Amino acid sequence: MPAHKFVRLVLKYVLLAWIALIFIFPIVFMVISSFKPDLQLLRDSASLRAFLPVGDLSLENYSAAFDRAPIRLFMFNSVFITAVTVCLSLLLSSLAAFSFVFLQWFGRSVLMAVILATFIVPFETIAVPLLLIVNNLPWLGLDGFKTGWLNSYHVQIIPFIADALTIFLFVQYFRDLPTELVEAARIDGATWFQVYRRVIIPLSGPVIATAAILKFLVMYNNQLLWPIMVVQEETYRPVMLGLQYFFQLNTAWGEIMAYLTIITLPVLAFYLVLQRAFIASIASTGIKG
Amino acid sequence: MRTERRAARRRQNRTGWAMALPACLLVFLFLITPFVMAFGLSLTNQRLISPNPTEFVGLRNYQRLLGIGFLTIDPITNDDGTIRVTDGETEYPRVRNFTRGNPDYPHLDRMREWFRLGISDDRQFVVLARDVVFIKAVRNTVLFVVVVAPVQSGIALILALLINQKLRGINVFRTIYFAPVVISMVVVSMLWRFIYDGENGILNTLLGVFSFGAIEPVSWLGNTSTALPAIMAMSVWQGVGFHMVIWLSGLQTIPQPLYEVARIEGATQWQKFRYVTWPGLRNTAILVMVIITMQAFTLYPQIEVMTRGGPLDSTQSLVFQAVVRGYEKQDIAGGSAISVLLFLFVLSISLFQRYLTRERD
Repeated sequence: MPAHKFVRLVLKYVLLAWIALIFIFPIVFMVISSFKPDLQLLRDSASLRAFLPVGDLSLENYSAAFDRAPIRLFMFNSVFITAVTVCLSLLLSSLAAFSFVFLQWFGRSVLMAVILATFIVPFETIAVPLLLIVNNLPWLGLDGFKTGWLNSYHVQIIPFIADALTIFLFVQYFRDLPTELVEAARIDGATWFQVYRRVIIPLSGPVIATAAILKFLVMYNNQLLWPIMVVQEETYRPVMLGLQYFFQLNTAWGEIMAYLTIITLPVLAFYLVLQRAFIASIASTGIKG
Repeated sequence: MRTERRAARRRQNRTGWAMALPACLLVFLFLITPFVMAFGLSLTNQRLISPNPTEFVGLRNYQRLLGIGFLTIDPITNDDGTIRVTDGETEYPRVRNFTRGNPDYPHLDRMREWFRLGISDDRQFVVLARDVVFIKAVRNTVLFVVVVAPVQSGIALILALLINQKLRGINVFRTIYFAPVVISMVVVSMLWRFIYDGENGILNTLLGVFSFGAIEPVSWLGNTSTALPAIMAMSVWQGVGFHMVIWLSGLQTIPQPLYEVARIEGATQWQKFRYVTWPGLRNTAILVMVIITMQAFTLYPQIEVMTRGGPLDSTQSLVFQAVVRGYEKQDIAGGSAISVLLFLFVLSISLFQRYLTRERD
């Protein structure tokens, strides 16, 4: 390789690495700091030692964080809410998209247009009236009948099951599947539900992964505005609301870093394992352009 | 035969509805209904809990939010006609003389000063608003969108071009650049609160180290002039990987032979970008701008976690105000009016972007 080409190659890598540092330094700082006692954390942040695992390292912050907030409960809540919403969303959205794409029925195109148009309504603009709605809805639970959905799991799940983006992703994917598959199965006497269950869903791996990842990110990461409004009881709080516990009395930065690490690492690990699928799922939202 | 076909069609009609119904019902109940309600509620005086019945009040909520007034004030003169100066400062009449039940200025009643400009030597032009906090929220949100959308999409494009090279190990860099996207904005905001801290923040440390002490420490979130830019920078940091990936998928749709032709014709790197890459990215560009604009308008978790609108309302945002009023102050009508205005902003932007695409086709 000629010298100038080699120099250019090295410069390219240096540039890429510098940019990588910009994206990674807060994350490194978070994880490293979570092992340091408060005093040292503050002292180290005055120098580049902030990024080095040096000094008095321990798991103290983690055990203190577990003492301060019911982290296991919050993690369970977040994971439970996210998992149930993602599963129901995949099921109902794919069913609706299947019906939109493969079946002929009265009102189909109008209804589909209306549903997909809701894509441009930001959740934030409907949060307040939505609060009024859920506050007046009836619920039949194990403990009997009551009015109002506040302080529950279902108030954090049901309103988020169906959304325009997920339905759109399935519609988009189903449209590219050959219709002969459906026709052949119908001629063989399969019911529509059997076509959905036996023919279409087994072919839908990629779109299911895409929709699941996007929904997962939104549900796990964005649990702030809505839970603030509808959940006052500790029992049903998701992880993002748990941060409040670390500002009571004194701000314990080490514990905060431990808490942030606890709630972020599962997502990061998930991402690193499935990074191809994650990136493909974001990219596929761009294909419609 | 005919009746049979009709029966089959009726069956398909029924099955079609049955399959689409659950998702559609949920969208109607939890998306469309509250959306329509927001319009309705914004015309009333509804509160979350109120002893008084709800009344229709027309556009009063909007007038209260958007009311703006102007006032020109001249310095106070002494009895002999000279301008009165106290402690070296020209003295002006107080704004509240005009806005508190002054019969000569009924349109300015109960307004407050937003800002003032000196227009000539002594005369001052005062801009008043009925709801200064809300007006500041509008200003900040628009500023946020206007700065973040081009900056973020521009940086994302540069990163995508860097990542789109054939280099060994390039996927490692792509993975790292994208990583902040999967982290919750709540976590990111919390983390950056510490990074931006004036006393112990590592941003000051880093700037100090790399400038060899030339840059003085700044309390980034504590100053009215740096708080909003700091939040903008952090938001770009978190979101840029998302749009980098969308640009990347756009880049990969450009046919490789085009680059071959450009190379044979002896095009420079810049010419290749200008005449091959950029035209091929037009649709992607529009999509990226639409997504960033919509995301930027709904600026909320950063504000909630980092500043709660402060210092001195310099980081108020539309969504934050909608939450403060609609939820914390239980003024559902006021919160709904803000929501409707926010939606109209988003809608007009996306219509404008759609118009831009139509025209050139």
